[in-house]
Amino acid sequence: MFNKRSTRDKMSNEVNAGSMADIAFLLLIFFLVTTTIVEDKGIRVKLPPWSEDEPDITKLNKRNVFSVLVNAQNQLLVRNEPAAISDLRERAKEFISNPSRREDLAEKPTKAIISLKNDRGTNYKTYVEVYNELKGAYNDLWDEEAKRMGIDGGYNDDLPIETRRAIKGKIPMVLSEAEPTAFGKE
Amino acid sequence: MSKFQKKRGKSNPEVSTASLPDIIFMLLFFFMMVTVMRDAEMKLMINTPSASELVKLSEKNLVNYLYIGKPVKKFQETYGTSPRLQLGDKFSTIADIPLFLEKHKIKVPEAKRGRITSSLKVDGEVTMGIVQDVKTQLRKSGQLIVNYSAKPRNE
Repeated sequence: MFNKRSTRDKMSNEVNAGSMADIAFLLLIFFLVTTTIVEDKGIRVKLPPWSEDEPDITKLNKRNVFSVLVNAQNQLLVRNEPAAISDLRERAKEFISNPSRREDLAEKPTKAIISLKNDRGTNYKTYVEVYNELKGAYNDLWDEEAKRMGIDGGYNDDLPIETRRAIKGKIPMVLSEAEPTAFGKE
Repeated sequence: MSKFQKKRGKSNPEVSTASLPDIIFMLLFFFMMVTVMRDAEMKLMINTPSASELVKLSEKNLVNYLYIGKPVKKFQETYGTSPRLQLGDKFSTIADIPLFLEKHKIKVPEAKRGRITSSLKVDGEVTMGIVQDVKTQLRKSGQLIVNYSAKPRNE
């Protein structure tokens, strides 16, 4: 009894805080490893405001409309001819800018309208691919326009808003989506 | 001169490590605050398509997420295998969208409400029918900025 008490008295009653750092480090490393900074990316789209009646594109001059139809078998019909998704971007670019002043392509970029129509049975993947190509066509044209204006980096979202507006004013993105058909199986 | 030397000789050359835990804890708390735990449990199988013309979503608290896809195995008995909509962490119907948007909207400061984006996380194999219905409902609810979530494509 007596012996024991004496050893207890000798002990210092301070807790060693040296290992605290290690414990904290362990926790820190755990959080570092588990943290996944999820970067959400996607195609930004501005939907038109809701209205009961659909815009009538038949009234427009036919040469200014670039119609893209996607059926339930994920096949493309561009200006009433079958086409492949891989050609879509080049065709859309040629249509909008019309470099050789052809009679059947858009009069000028500001008048060009892309009309996209799909079926309720179209795969979402195909739809996104088509939308991506059309958006890509505009992005490429904006890029060229920016370079023509003397911006070396080309078009990007870091440009001042006035510049972006000026570029988009010259080549506005008009993409009209019609109510889909319901031929295919959902 | 001699005064300085004396002092130096007496001082303990060891650096105190007592404050080290505090520094580490500070870092720890920083990471704990920054870490955003995934708030919604995924009840759907979603494999977003890949695309090249991607835009980063800027402010996280201005984004609400709508998921469309087939229910995962666990829920297939109760909900079937046809594509469903998930809002937050529960299965929903198209009619629930306006309330969902409104619930998100009131959490956002008024000045920023015009920049609220709806991120559509849709499985690539889903057909456009349900996506179209969701889009129509979003348009009717006045939520016009939409982001089709996609993976970057390596070209």
